[in-house]
Amino acid sequence: MGDTDIGYWVVPLAVFAGAIRVSTPFLLVSLGECLTEKSGRINLGLEGTLMIGAMSAYGVSYLTGSPWLGVGIAAMAGMMMGFLHGIICSLPRVNDTAVGIALMLFGTGLAFYFGKPFIGPQAPALPSIEFGWWSDIGQIKSALSINVLFIFGLVMAFVISWGFKSTRWGMIIRVVGDSEDAARAMGFNPNFVRTVTTAAGGALAGMGGSFLSLFYPGVWHEGLSSGQGIVAVVLVIFARWNPLGCLYASLLFGGAGALGPALQSVGFSGGYHLLNVAPYFLTLVIMILTSSSKQRLSGAPGELSVNR
Amino acid sequence: MDYFTDKLSAALVPILALLVSAVLFGIFVAFAGVSPFETYALIYKGAFGTWFSWQNSLQRAAPLLLTALCTALPAQMGLVIIGGEGALVIGGLASVSTALVLQSFLPPVAVQITMLLAGTIAGAIWIGGIGALRHKRGVNEIISSLLLVYIAIAILNTLVEGIMRDPGQPQKSSTHPVADTVMFGNLPGMDVHWGLLIGVMFCIATFVLMYLTPFGFSARIVGGNPRAARMLGLPVGKLVIIICAVGGGAAGLAGAIEVAAVHGRANSALIAGYGFTGILVAFMARQNPLAIIPVALLFGGIEASGGLVQRRLDLPNAAVEVLKGIIFVVVLAFETFSGRLGFLKRRKP
Repeated sequence: MGDTDIGYWVVPLAVFAGAIRVSTPFLLVSLGECLTEKSGRINLGLEGTLMIGAMSAYGVSYLTGSPWLGVGIAAMAGMMMGFLHGIICSLPRVNDTAVGIALMLFGTGLAFYFGKPFIGPQAPALPSIEFGWWSDIGQIKSALSINVLFIFGLVMAFVISWGFKSTRWGMIIRVVGDSEDAARAMGFNPNFVRTVTTAAGGALAGMGGSFLSLFYPGVWHEGLSSGQGIVAVVLVIFARWNPLGCLYASLLFGGAGALGPALQSVGFSGGYHLLNVAPYFLTLVIMILTSSSKQRLSGAPGELSVNR
Repeated sequence: MDYFTDKLSAALVPILALLVSAVLFGIFVAFAGVSPFETYALIYKGAFGTWFSWQNSLQRAAPLLLTALCTALPAQMGLVIIGGEGALVIGGLASVSTALVLQSFLPPVAVQITMLLAGTIAGAIWIGGIGALRHKRGVNEIISSLLLVYIAIAILNTLVEGIMRDPGQPQKSSTHPVADTVMFGNLPGMDVHWGLLIGVMFCIATFVLMYLTPFGFSARIVGGNPRAARMLGLPVGKLVIIICAVGGGAAGLAGAIEVAAVHGRANSALIAGYGFTGILVAFMARQNPLAIIPVALLFGGIEASGGLVQRRLDLPNAAVEVLKGIIFVVVLAFETFSGRLGFLKRRKP
């Protein structure tokens, strides 16, 4: 697979490939957060969950040689973190945003603690599917080698979107998220439903973490996530609590995140650190443009505390 | 009497939470094959066991006093600001920049004062802007403040690797150093810099501001009930922005002190996590500026003991992060007991 000289076409191609690659953790985390927020709770701890997922997946893959087992364990670990958040927030008068901040710091600390021995050794990475078999150009081939976790996230976006509209569980989640009183009157236990959605959201975020350490960038170190979990939480607001919106928003942010490395590949090296935080700038700008102090955002679950 | 039991119960809940966290962390290290009792003995020794460790703890408590205010003051108005780390970094950068420009022709005392002012103003603008966005555009302050942490760190890295870089420091990208004559000295009789005293004074001053002045009273009304505040005709927006700016100024000042008293230049050593530990200090102190003083000392001690625990017990240095995380989670979970400790309530006759 030789690299052909295709000039500046490298940049859009790299942005496209990068959009898919960089967006995968955003997609999985924002779908998980969307699930949680639809039930009326916000879990800011997903940043920590992402780190725990990345660390546990890398560790398991290194020790057992099976990256898929790593993904499974990452999902389990994420679920445990989500479950912890769900249980603590079910106690009366406990603030879900504050617990999220605490779990973010706790999760990162745990990931650093257990991840120490895995900084350095190379773990087996996740395989990807080659969609570029028809082309002879190396860059196109590598741009079209798409990871299975992205496809999983793509399918999940449609499944969750359909689930919210057309399944009994989806409707229960929406009722609990929009009005606790209505949910109680219908005989559902809001705390139970929210704990379940937070645990499920945590599992998705844990898988998002496994993508970071096992595919792209494909190593484990302590600065691996640096805020991607928080960006994903904002994406949910940007996507107006719509799972398909999460998909498009993740792709947009993935593209913004890929711009830095793409420009570097053609020799544009100024402002490396600033280009790396392009997604954070974009997030901030979008929040400023789309928020309003006068009214609530359309589509926001009624019980969600960040919007009150 | 009721006032007293209220205060007692308010202090008792975090203390109980601390004890429960200690048990949980003990179990955690026991799984790592380390004796919990030995761990706590070492934490005590490294934090408050000797005069040397006391000084180390005080030195680390100094920035925590100020970064905790960055969360605690806006919290009095119902805002959750978790971006103290960003304000600290920006404050450090602003102070080092002013020092590098001014130190060649101003006397050292004047440079020191402008450094502190520059750090404070930079931090005040950084967090005050978050308050303004919150008020004017409804931008969620939790998320914007955290995003700005990453942006601040990127600005720091860009500057110290770019135009502000000192070529004489090849191993670690840093700015040029502040002149030795400008560097802060130590408090009389101890090996702790003046920043500690500044931090304590700042905490006391903001306590007076929030609890003993009409300004602070109206700010706390906004926190308690924004609708009532509007009905009273209080200038909600102005109060939000000023209080956020004061909190940000405190964190920026912490950055300026770290530069002027510890590092002598700006580099990635500024990103030491004081901003994040400050959030925990603020929550544990229940957002009360006076309560921040003992809590900051406690966590300064925990930070100071990290090295000793790591060397003696062969635990990863993140063990301290785990301990802080456990304390944070348990403290918040224990909110559920606040005001409900039945044995403290006066029985009805």
